[in-house]
Amino acid sequence: MADTLSRPLRIPRLSLSLSGAVVAAVVLVALFVPVLFPVDEQAVDLAAKLRPPSWDHPFGTDEVGRDLLLRCVHGLRISLLVGVVAALVATVVGTAVGALAGALGGWADRVVMRVVDLFSSVPHLLLGIFVVAMFRPGIWPVIASVALTHWLSTARIVRAEVLSLRSRPYIDAAVVGGASRWRVTVRHLLPGVLPQAGLAAVLMVPHAIWHESALSFLGLGLPAHQASLGNMVQAARGSLLAGDWWPTLFPGLFIIVPTLAVAGLAASWRDRLNPRRRSELTL
Amino acid sequence: MLELSRITAGYERRAPVVRDVSLTVAPGEAVGLLGPSGCGKSTLARVAALLHRPYSGTVVVDGRAAHGWRHRAPREQRTAFGVVFQQPRLSADPRMRLADLIAEPLRATGRRDEAAARVDELAGRVGLSAELLRRRPHEVSDGQLQRACLARALVLRPRWLICDEMTAMLDASTTAALVAVVEDYRAESGAGLLTVGHDSVLLDRWCDRTARWEDLASGAG
Repeated sequence: MADTLSRPLRIPRLSLSLSGAVVAAVVLVALFVPVLFPVDEQAVDLAAKLRPPSWDHPFGTDEVGRDLLLRCVHGLRISLLVGVVAALVATVVGTAVGALAGALGGWADRVVMRVVDLFSSVPHLLLGIFVVAMFRPGIWPVIASVALTHWLSTARIVRAEVLSLRSRPYIDAAVVGGASRWRVTVRHLLPGVLPQAGLAAVLMVPHAIWHESALSFLGLGLPAHQASLGNMVQAARGSLLAGDWWPTLFPGLFIIVPTLAVAGLAASWRDRLNPRRRSELTL
Repeated sequence: MLELSRITAGYERRAPVVRDVSLTVAPGEAVGLLGPSGCGKSTLARVAALLHRPYSGTVVVDGRAAHGWRHRAPREQRTAFGVVFQQPRLSADPRMRLADLIAEPLRATGRRDEAAARVDELAGRVGLSAELLRRRPHEVSDGQLQRACLARALVLRPRWLICDEMTAMLDASTTAALVAVVEDYRAESGAGLLTVGHDSVLLDRWCDRTARWEDLASGAG
Protein backbone atom coordinates (compact mmCIF):
# COMPACT_ATOMS: atom_id res chain seq x y z
CA MET A 1 0.00 0.00 0.00
CA ALA A 2 2.71 2.42 1.03
CA ASP A 3 4.62 1.45 -2.06
CA THR A 4 1.78 2.14 -4.48
CA LEU A 5 1.20 5.48 -2.79
CA SER A 6 4.78 6.61 -3.09
CA ARG A 7 5.15 5.64 -6.72
CA PRO A 8 3.32 8.59 -8.35
CA LEU A 9 5.48 10.94 -6.31
CA ARG A 10 8.74 9.43 -7.43
CA ILE A 11 8.09 9.51 -11.17
CA PRO A 12 7.64 13.30 -11.54
CA ARG A 13 10.81 13.90 -9.51
CA LEU A 14 12.84 11.66 -11.76
CA SER A 15 11.33 13.30 -14.80
CA LEU A 16 12.14 16.74 -13.38
CA SER A 17 15.87 16.08 -13.03
CA LEU A 18 16.00 14.10 -16.27
CA SER A 19 14.12 16.80 -18.19
CA GLY A 20 16.31 19.47 -16.65
CA ALA A 21 19.48 17.63 -17.68
CA VAL A 22 18.21 17.06 -21.22
CA VAL A 23 17.11 20.68 -21.66
CA ALA A 24 20.46 21.92 -20.34
CA ALA A 25 22.35 19.56 -22.65
CA VAL A 26 20.25 20.58 -25.67
CA VAL A 27 20.80 24.28 -25.01
CA LEU A 28 24.56 23.84 -24.46
CA VAL A 29 24.96 21.73 -27.61
CA ALA A 30 22.92 24.12 -29.73
CA LEU A 31 24.77 27.17 -28.41
CA PHE A 32 28.35 25.99 -28.29
CA VAL A 33 29.01 23.01 -30.56
CA PRO A 34 28.71 24.96 -33.84
CA VAL A 35 30.99 27.66 -32.37
CA LEU A 36 33.62 25.25 -30.99
CA PHE A 37 33.67 23.03 -34.11
CA PRO A 38 33.23 25.39 -37.05
CA VAL A 39 32.80 22.71 -39.69
CA ASP A 40 30.69 23.51 -42.74
CA GLU A 41 27.42 21.61 -42.32
CA GLN A 42 26.64 22.18 -46.00
CA ALA A 43 29.77 20.34 -47.20
CA VAL A 44 28.65 17.91 -49.87
CA ASP A 45 30.48 14.63 -50.43
CA LEU A 46 28.75 12.76 -53.23
CA ALA A 47 31.18 9.85 -52.86
CA ALA A 48 29.83 9.23 -49.35
CA LYS A 49 26.08 9.64 -49.84
CA LEU A 50 23.57 7.73 -47.71
CA ARG A 51 26.17 6.01 -45.53
CA PRO A 52 24.75 4.30 -42.44
CA PRO A 53 26.02 5.40 -39.01
CA SER A 54 29.75 4.75 -38.54
CA TRP A 55 32.71 6.16 -36.58
CA ASP A 56 33.31 8.82 -39.23
CA HIS A 57 29.62 9.77 -39.42
CA PRO A 58 27.90 8.74 -36.13
CA PHE A 59 24.46 9.61 -37.53
CA GLY A 60 25.32 8.60 -41.09
CA THR A 61 25.11 10.85 -44.17
CA ASP A 62 22.21 12.15 -46.22
CA GLU A 63 21.39 11.79 -49.89
CA VAL A 64 24.18 14.20 -50.96
CA GLY A 65 26.74 12.97 -48.43
CA ARG A 66 26.36 15.68 -45.77
CA ASP A 67 27.13 14.64 -42.20
CA LEU A 68 23.85 14.17 -40.34
CA LEU A 69 25.19 14.70 -36.81
CA LEU A 70 26.52 18.09 -37.83
CA ARG A 71 23.29 18.99 -39.58
CA CYS A 72 21.18 17.84 -36.62
CA VAL A 73 23.13 20.12 -34.28
CA HIS A 74 22.75 23.08 -36.64
CA GLY A 75 19.09 22.23 -37.14
CA LEU A 76 18.58 22.14 -33.38
CA ARG A 77 20.17 25.58 -33.13
CA ILE A 78 17.79 27.04 -35.70
CA SER A 79 14.77 25.25 -34.26
CA LEU A 80 15.55 26.49 -30.74
CA LEU A 81 16.04 30.03 -32.03
CA VAL A 82 12.68 29.91 -33.80
CA GLY A 83 10.99 28.25 -30.82
CA VAL A 84 12.33 30.60 -28.15
CA VAL A 85 11.89 33.86 -30.08
CA ALA A 86 8.40 32.91 -31.31
CA ALA A 87 7.34 31.83 -27.81
CA LEU A 88 8.65 35.08 -26.32
CA VAL A 89 6.89 37.27 -28.89
CA ALA A 90 3.65 35.28 -28.56
CA THR A 91 3.79 35.49 -24.77
CA VAL A 92 4.39 39.24 -24.71
CA VAL A 93 1.57 39.86 -27.19
CA GLY A 94 -0.78 37.38 -25.50
CA THR A 95 -0.11 38.76 -22.03
CA ALA A 96 -0.62 42.35 -23.15
CA VAL A 97 -3.88 41.57 -24.96
CA GLY A 98 -5.21 39.31 -22.20
CA ALA A 99 -4.35 41.76 -19.44
CA LEU A 100 -5.91 44.63 -21.39
CA ALA A 101 -9.14 42.71 -21.94
CA GLY A 102 -9.30 41.49 -18.36
CA ALA A 103 -8.40 44.80 -16.75
CA LEU A 104 -10.72 46.96 -18.86
CA GLY A 105 -13.65 44.55 -18.91
CA GLY A 106 -16.97 45.49 -20.48
CA TRP A 107 -17.03 46.32 -24.19
CA ALA A 108 -13.27 46.33 -24.67
CA ASP A 109 -13.11 42.82 -23.23
CA ARG A 110 -15.92 41.55 -25.45
CA VAL A 111 -14.44 43.00 -28.64
CA VAL A 112 -10.91 41.74 -27.92
CA MET A 113 -12.06 38.25 -27.00
CA ARG A 114 -14.27 37.96 -30.11
CA VAL A 115 -11.16 38.80 -32.19
CA VAL A 116 -9.31 36.06 -30.32
CA ASP A 117 -12.20 33.65 -31.04
CA LEU A 118 -12.11 34.62 -34.70
CA PHE A 119 -8.40 33.83 -34.99
CA SER A 120 -8.83 30.63 -33.00
CA SER A 121 -11.57 29.37 -35.29
CA VAL A 122 -9.09 29.06 -38.17
CA PRO A 123 -6.80 26.01 -37.90
CA HIS A 124 -3.58 27.66 -36.86
CA LEU A 125 -1.30 25.73 -39.19
CA LEU A 126 -3.42 27.11 -42.03
CA LEU A 127 -3.15 30.63 -40.64
CA GLY A 128 0.59 30.10 -40.21
CA ILE A 129 0.91 28.98 -43.83
CA PHE A 130 -0.96 32.11 -44.92
CA VAL A 131 1.55 34.27 -43.05
CA VAL A 132 4.69 32.58 -44.46
CA ALA A 133 3.17 32.60 -47.93
CA MET A 134 3.21 36.40 -47.90
CA PHE A 135 7.00 36.60 -47.50
CA ARG A 136 10.15 35.16 -49.02
CA PRO A 137 11.28 31.96 -47.29
CA GLY A 138 13.50 32.70 -44.31
CA ILE A 139 13.73 32.46 -40.58
CA TRP A 140 11.83 35.68 -39.69
CA PRO A 141 8.63 34.87 -41.59
CA VAL A 142 8.61 31.49 -39.84
CA ILE A 143 9.03 33.14 -36.43
CA ALA A 144 6.30 35.67 -37.27
CA SER A 145 3.99 32.92 -38.46
CA VAL A 146 4.43 30.85 -35.29
CA ALA A 147 4.18 33.86 -32.97
CA LEU A 148 1.08 35.28 -34.65
CA THR A 149 -0.80 32.02 -34.33
CA HIS A 150 0.17 31.24 -30.74
CA TRP A 151 -0.56 34.35 -28.68
CA LEU A 152 -4.24 33.42 -28.59
CA SER A 153 -4.08 30.75 -25.89
CA THR A 154 -1.85 32.95 -23.71
CA ALA A 155 -4.30 35.82 -24.09
CA ARG A 156 -7.12 33.53 -22.90
CA ILE A 157 -5.15 32.24 -19.92
CA VAL A 158 -4.01 35.72 -18.85
CA ARG A 159 -7.48 37.22 -19.24
CA ALA A 160 -9.08 34.49 -17.11
CA GLU A 161 -6.42 34.93 -14.44
CA VAL A 162 -6.79 38.74 -14.45
CA LEU A 163 -10.56 38.42 -14.12
CA SER A 164 -10.19 36.19 -11.08
CA LEU A 165 -7.58 38.48 -9.47
CA ARG A 166 -9.64 41.59 -10.18
CA SER A 167 -12.38 40.62 -7.74
CA ARG A 168 -10.00 40.09 -4.80
CA PRO A 169 -10.28 42.47 -1.85
CA TYR A 170 -6.68 43.64 -2.28
CA ILE A 171 -7.72 45.21 -5.57
CA ASP A 172 -10.56 46.97 -3.68
CA ALA A 173 -7.96 48.18 -1.20
CA ALA A 174 -5.82 49.55 -4.05
CA VAL A 175 -8.85 51.38 -5.51
CA VAL A 176 -9.63 53.00 -2.16
CA GLY A 177 -5.93 53.82 -1.84
CA GLY A 178 -6.19 56.02 -4.94
CA ALA A 179 -4.44 53.72 -7.43
CA SER A 180 -5.23 54.40 -11.10
CA ARG A 181 -6.41 51.64 -13.43
CA TRP A 182 -2.92 51.55 -14.94
CA ARG A 183 -1.28 51.19 -11.53
CA VAL A 184 -3.66 48.44 -10.45
CA THR A 185 -2.89 46.55 -13.67
CA VAL A 186 0.86 46.98 -13.60
CA ARG A 187 1.44 46.67 -9.89
CA HIS A 188 -1.14 44.11 -8.78
CA LEU A 189 -2.66 42.25 -11.73
CA LEU A 190 0.31 41.65 -14.05
CA PRO A 191 2.68 40.35 -11.36
CA GLY A 192 -0.08 37.94 -10.38
CA VAL A 193 -0.39 36.44 -13.87
CA LEU A 194 3.33 36.26 -14.70
CA PRO A 195 3.83 32.71 -13.35
CA GLN A 196 0.98 31.44 -15.54
CA ALA A 197 2.22 33.38 -18.55
CA GLY A 198 5.75 32.07 -17.98
CA LEU A 199 4.46 28.52 -17.85
CA ALA A 200 2.53 29.07 -21.07
CA ALA A 201 5.72 30.44 -22.68
CA VAL A 202 7.78 27.40 -21.70
CA LEU A 203 5.13 25.01 -22.99
CA MET A 204 5.01 26.99 -26.20
CA VAL A 205 8.70 26.47 -27.04
CA PRO A 206 8.34 22.79 -28.06
CA HIS A 207 5.08 23.55 -29.79
CA ALA A 208 6.77 26.31 -31.78
CA ILE A 209 9.58 23.90 -32.70
CA TRP A 210 6.98 21.46 -34.02
CA HIS A 211 5.37 24.22 -35.94
CA GLU A 212 8.64 25.26 -37.55
CA SER A 213 9.30 21.62 -38.44
CA ALA A 214 5.81 21.23 -39.87
CA LEU A 215 6.15 24.37 -42.02
CA SER A 216 9.59 23.27 -43.24
CA PHE A 217 8.28 19.75 -43.88
CA LEU A 218 5.57 21.23 -46.08
CA GLY A 219 8.29 23.12 -47.90
CA LEU A 220 6.99 26.49 -46.70
CA GLY A 221 9.41 27.15 -43.88
CA LEU A 222 13.10 27.69 -44.13
CA PRO A 223 14.97 27.52 -47.48
CA ALA A 224 15.49 23.88 -48.44
CA HIS A 225 19.29 23.91 -48.11
CA GLN A 226 19.19 25.21 -44.54
CA ALA A 227 19.82 22.56 -41.90
CA SER A 228 16.49 22.74 -40.07
CA LEU A 229 15.05 19.65 -38.44
CA GLY A 230 11.84 19.91 -40.48
CA ASN A 231 13.77 20.29 -43.73
CA MET A 232 15.87 17.24 -42.88
CA VAL A 233 12.87 15.02 -42.16
CA GLN A 234 11.26 16.25 -45.36
CA ALA A 235 14.35 15.56 -47.43
CA ALA A 236 14.67 12.10 -45.91
CA ARG A 237 11.25 10.88 -47.03
CA GLY A 238 12.52 9.37 -50.26
CA SER A 239 15.38 7.48 -48.67
CA LEU A 240 13.12 6.14 -45.89
CA LEU A 241 11.01 4.39 -48.52
CA ALA A 242 14.23 2.83 -49.84
CA GLY A 243 14.95 1.42 -46.37
CA ASP A 244 17.52 4.00 -45.21
CA TRP A 245 16.20 4.82 -41.75
CA TRP A 246 18.90 7.06 -40.32
CA PRO A 247 18.20 10.33 -42.18
CA THR A 248 14.68 10.23 -40.71
CA LEU A 249 15.36 8.77 -37.26
CA PHE A 250 18.01 11.19 -35.97
CA PRO A 251 16.40 14.52 -36.90
CA GLY A 252 13.12 13.00 -35.64
CA LEU A 253 14.71 12.23 -32.27
CA PHE A 254 16.13 15.76 -32.18
CA ILE A 255 12.57 17.05 -32.46
CA ILE A 256 10.96 14.61 -30.02
CA VAL A 257 13.49 14.45 -27.17
CA PRO A 258 13.80 18.21 -26.45
CA THR A 259 10.02 18.49 -26.79
CA LEU A 260 9.42 15.83 -24.14
CA ALA A 261 12.09 17.33 -21.90
CA VAL A 262 10.61 20.84 -22.01
CA ALA A 263 7.13 19.43 -21.47
CA GLY A 264 8.42 17.49 -18.44
CA LEU A 265 9.96 20.64 -16.97
CA ALA A 266 6.81 22.63 -17.59
CA ALA A 267 4.63 19.91 -16.06
CA SER A 268 6.57 19.96 -12.81
CA TRP A 269 6.50 23.76 -12.80
CA ARG A 270 2.73 23.60 -13.21
CA ASP A 271 2.51 21.16 -10.31
CA ARG A 272 4.39 23.64 -8.16
CA LEU A 273 1.93 26.38 -9.14
CA ASN A 274 -0.97 24.17 -8.21
CA PRO A 275 -0.13 21.08 -6.17
CA ARG A 276 -3.67 19.79 -6.49
CA ARG A 277 -3.47 19.41 -10.23
CA ARG A 278 -2.34 16.01 -11.48
CA SER A 279 0.81 15.82 -13.50
CA GLU A 280 0.21 14.95 -17.13
CA LEU A 281 2.04 15.67 -20.32
CA THR A 282 0.01 17.86 -22.60
CA LEU A 283 1.42 19.84 -25.45
CA MET B 1 -21.76 63.76 6.60
CA LEU B 2 -21.80 60.38 4.95
CA GLU B 3 -25.33 59.89 3.72
CA LEU B 4 -26.63 56.73 2.12
CA SER B 5 -30.21 57.09 1.02
CA ARG B 6 -32.58 54.45 -0.31
CA ILE B 7 -29.78 52.17 -1.47
CA THR B 8 -30.71 49.07 -3.44
CA ALA B 9 -27.68 47.00 -4.36
CA GLY B 10 -26.48 43.47 -4.91
CA TYR B 11 -25.03 41.09 -7.46
CA GLU B 12 -28.17 40.16 -9.33
CA ARG B 13 -30.59 42.81 -10.39
CA ARG B 14 -33.67 40.71 -9.80
CA ALA B 15 -32.64 39.72 -6.29
CA PRO B 16 -30.68 42.56 -4.68
CA VAL B 17 -29.33 41.79 -1.19
CA VAL B 18 -29.70 45.41 -0.08
CA ARG B 19 -33.17 46.84 -0.59
CA ASP B 20 -34.04 50.46 -0.02
CA VAL B 21 -31.70 51.01 2.94
CA SER B 22 -30.81 54.45 4.32
CA LEU B 23 -28.04 55.23 6.80
CA THR B 24 -26.27 58.41 7.87
CA VAL B 25 -22.97 58.85 9.69
CA ALA B 26 -22.11 62.30 11.09
CA PRO B 27 -18.51 63.57 11.16
CA GLY B 28 -16.78 62.16 14.21
CA GLU B 29 -19.59 59.73 14.85
CA ALA B 30 -19.06 55.98 15.24
CA VAL B 31 -21.90 53.90 13.84
CA GLY B 32 -22.06 50.16 14.20
CA LEU B 33 -24.03 48.14 11.68
CA LEU B 34 -25.21 44.90 13.18
CA GLY B 35 -26.64 41.99 11.25
CA PRO B 36 -26.42 38.25 10.65
CA SER B 37 -23.99 36.97 8.04
CA GLY B 38 -25.18 37.11 4.45
CA CYS B 39 -27.71 39.86 5.10
CA GLY B 40 -26.02 42.41 2.84
CA LYS B 41 -24.33 44.63 5.39
CA SER B 42 -20.91 44.14 3.78
CA THR B 43 -22.41 45.07 0.42
CA LEU B 44 -23.78 48.26 1.98
CA ALA B 45 -20.33 49.00 3.39
CA ARG B 46 -18.81 48.52 -0.09
CA VAL B 47 -21.41 50.89 -1.54
CA ALA B 48 -20.54 53.46 1.13
CA ALA B 49 -16.82 53.17 0.29
CA LEU B 50 -17.67 53.72 -3.40
CA LEU B 51 -16.48 50.20 -4.24
CA HIS B 52 -19.78 48.79 -5.43
CA ARG B 53 -22.26 50.61 -7.65
CA PRO B 54 -25.80 50.35 -6.31
CA TYR B 55 -28.78 49.75 -8.61
CA SER B 56 -30.50 52.77 -7.12
CA GLY B 57 -30.14 55.25 -4.30
CA THR B 58 -27.63 58.00 -3.61
CA VAL B 59 -24.42 58.32 -1.62
CA VAL B 60 -23.45 61.83 -0.51
CA VAL B 61 -19.94 62.27 0.89
CA ASP B 62 -19.26 65.57 2.70
CA GLY B 63 -21.98 67.30 0.71
CA ARG B 64 -20.91 65.93 -2.69
CA ALA B 65 -23.02 63.28 -4.33
CA ALA B 66 -21.10 60.31 -5.69
CA HIS B 67 -21.57 59.93 -9.44
CA GLY B 68 -19.08 57.18 -10.15
CA TRP B 69 -17.89 54.12 -8.33
CA ARG B 70 -14.45 52.46 -8.16
CA HIS B 71 -12.15 54.03 -10.74
CA ARG B 72 -14.93 56.30 -11.98
CA ALA B 73 -15.01 58.09 -8.65
CA PRO B 74 -12.64 61.06 -8.50
CA ARG B 75 -9.46 60.17 -6.65
CA GLU B 76 -9.95 62.64 -3.79
CA GLN B 77 -13.41 61.18 -3.17
CA ARG B 78 -12.08 57.62 -3.17
CA THR B 79 -9.23 58.41 -0.84
CA ALA B 80 -11.55 60.11 1.66
CA PHE B 81 -12.17 56.54 2.83
CA GLY B 82 -10.04 54.10 4.70
CA VAL B 83 -11.35 50.55 4.44
CA VAL B 84 -10.40 47.49 6.46
CA PHE B 85 -11.77 44.18 5.23
CA GLN B 86 -12.68 41.02 7.05
CA GLN B 87 -10.01 38.71 5.67
CA PRO B 88 -6.50 40.18 5.85
CA ARG B 89 -5.16 37.24 3.78
CA LEU B 90 -7.27 38.27 0.77
CA SER B 91 -6.86 42.00 1.21
CA ALA B 92 -3.07 41.99 1.00
CA ASP B 93 -1.22 41.57 -2.29
CA PRO B 94 0.74 38.35 -1.62
CA ARG B 95 3.87 39.73 -3.32
CA MET B 96 4.25 42.90 -1.23
CA ARG B 97 6.25 43.27 1.96
CA LEU B 98 4.23 44.75 4.81
CA ALA B 99 6.13 48.05 4.59
CA ASP B 100 5.24 48.36 0.89
CA LEU B 101 1.67 47.34 1.61
CA ILE B 102 1.28 50.23 4.06
CA ALA B 103 3.11 52.72 1.83
CA GLU B 104 1.29 51.74 -1.38
CA PRO B 105 -1.53 54.35 -1.17
CA LEU B 106 1.07 57.12 -0.67
CA ARG B 107 3.02 55.91 -3.70
CA ALA B 108 -0.16 55.53 -5.76
CA THR B 109 -1.12 59.14 -5.05
CA GLY B 110 2.33 60.57 -5.77
CA ARG B 111 3.40 61.20 -2.18
CA ARG B 112 6.33 58.81 -2.29
CA ASP B 113 8.64 61.05 -0.22
CA GLU B 114 6.39 60.88 2.84
CA ALA B 115 6.25 57.08 2.74
CA ALA B 116 9.19 56.12 4.96
CA ALA B 117 8.29 58.45 7.85
CA ARG B 118 4.59 57.64 7.65
CA VAL B 119 5.17 53.86 7.61
CA ASP B 120 7.42 54.14 10.68
CA GLU B 121 4.85 56.17 12.54
CA LEU B 122 1.91 53.89 11.69
CA ALA B 123 3.89 50.71 12.36
CA GLY B 124 4.51 52.05 15.86
CA ARG B 125 0.82 52.77 16.31
CA VAL B 126 -0.46 49.37 15.20
CA GLY B 127 2.42 47.55 16.90
CA LEU B 128 4.44 46.12 14.01
CA SER B 129 8.20 45.79 14.49
CA ALA B 130 10.73 46.77 11.82
CA GLU B 131 11.48 43.09 11.38
CA LEU B 132 7.82 42.25 10.63
CA LEU B 133 7.62 45.10 8.12
CA ARG B 134 10.22 43.32 5.99
CA ARG B 135 8.13 40.14 5.76
CA ARG B 136 5.59 39.17 3.13
CA PRO B 137 1.96 38.34 3.98
CA HIS B 138 2.45 34.55 4.04
CA GLU B 139 5.18 34.96 6.67
CA VAL B 140 3.00 36.70 9.26
CA SER B 141 -0.13 35.76 11.24
CA ASP B 142 -3.66 36.92 10.45
CA GLY B 143 -3.53 39.35 13.37
CA GLN B 144 -0.21 40.87 12.25
CA LEU B 145 -1.48 41.17 8.70
CA GLN B 146 -4.69 42.86 9.84
CA ARG B 147 -2.55 45.36 11.79
CA ALA B 148 -0.76 46.18 8.53
CA CYS B 149 -4.09 46.47 6.69
CA LEU B 150 -5.35 48.94 9.31
CA ALA B 151 -2.15 50.95 8.96
CA ARG B 152 -2.70 51.01 5.19
CA ALA B 153 -6.27 52.26 5.71
CA LEU B 154 -4.99 55.12 7.88
CA VAL B 155 -1.99 56.12 5.77
CA LEU B 156 -3.84 58.74 3.68
CA ARG B 157 -5.56 60.21 6.79
CA PRO B 158 -9.12 59.41 5.65
CA ARG B 159 -12.13 61.38 6.85
CA TRP B 160 -14.22 58.19 6.89
CA LEU B 161 -13.24 54.79 8.17
CA ILE B 162 -15.13 51.70 7.09
CA CYS B 163 -14.37 48.51 8.96
CA ASP B 164 -16.06 45.48 7.44
CA GLU B 165 -15.92 42.76 10.12
CA MET B 166 -12.39 43.94 10.83
CA THR B 167 -11.98 41.84 13.96
CA ALA B 168 -13.98 38.73 13.00
CA MET B 169 -10.84 36.66 12.38
CA LEU B 170 -8.88 37.95 15.38
CA ASP B 171 -8.38 37.06 19.03
CA ALA B 172 -9.58 39.29 21.88
CA SER B 173 -6.30 41.08 22.58
CA THR B 174 -5.66 41.93 18.92
CA THR B 175 -9.27 43.07 18.63
CA ALA B 176 -8.82 45.40 21.59
CA ALA B 177 -5.53 46.73 20.21
CA LEU B 178 -6.96 47.47 16.76
CA VAL B 179 -10.11 49.11 18.16
CA ALA B 180 -7.86 51.30 20.32
CA VAL B 181 -5.82 52.33 17.25
CA VAL B 182 -9.00 53.26 15.37
CA GLU B 183 -10.33 55.25 18.35
CA ASP B 184 -7.00 57.12 18.84
CA TYR B 185 -7.00 58.07 15.19
CA ARG B 186 -10.62 59.24 15.37
CA ALA B 187 -9.96 61.29 18.50
CA GLU B 188 -7.14 63.22 16.80
CA SER B 189 -8.64 63.49 13.30
CA GLY B 190 -12.36 63.67 13.92
CA ALA B 191 -13.00 60.96 11.33
CA GLY B 192 -16.37 59.23 11.17
CA LEU B 193 -16.61 55.46 11.43
CA LEU B 194 -18.93 52.87 9.96
CA THR B 195 -18.14 49.48 11.40
CA VAL B 196 -19.93 46.35 10.29
CA GLY B 197 -20.17 43.26 12.43
CA HIS B 198 -22.29 40.58 14.03
CA ASP B 199 -20.90 40.94 17.59
CA SER B 200 -23.41 43.17 19.38
CA VAL B 201 -21.35 43.39 22.61
CA LEU B 202 -18.32 44.71 20.73
CA LEU B 203 -20.31 47.14 18.58
CA ASP B 204 -22.31 48.49 21.54
CA ARG B 205 -19.11 49.22 23.49
CA TRP B 206 -17.22 50.60 20.51
CA CYS B 207 -19.80 52.79 18.80
CA ASP B 208 -21.90 55.83 19.65
CA ARG B 209 -24.86 54.22 17.96
CA THR B 210 -25.62 50.73 16.71
CA ALA B 211 -28.00 50.26 13.81
CA ARG B 212 -29.68 46.90 13.46
CA TRP B 213 -29.97 45.60 9.91
CA GLU B 214 -33.59 44.51 10.36
CA ASP B 215 -34.55 48.05 11.48
CA LEU B 216 -32.78 49.70 8.54
CA ALA B 217 -34.02 47.51 5.77
CA SER B 218 -37.61 48.12 4.93
CA GLY B 219 -37.87 45.47 2.25
CA ALA B 220 -35.01 43.07 3.03
CA GLY B 221 -35.90 39.59 4.17
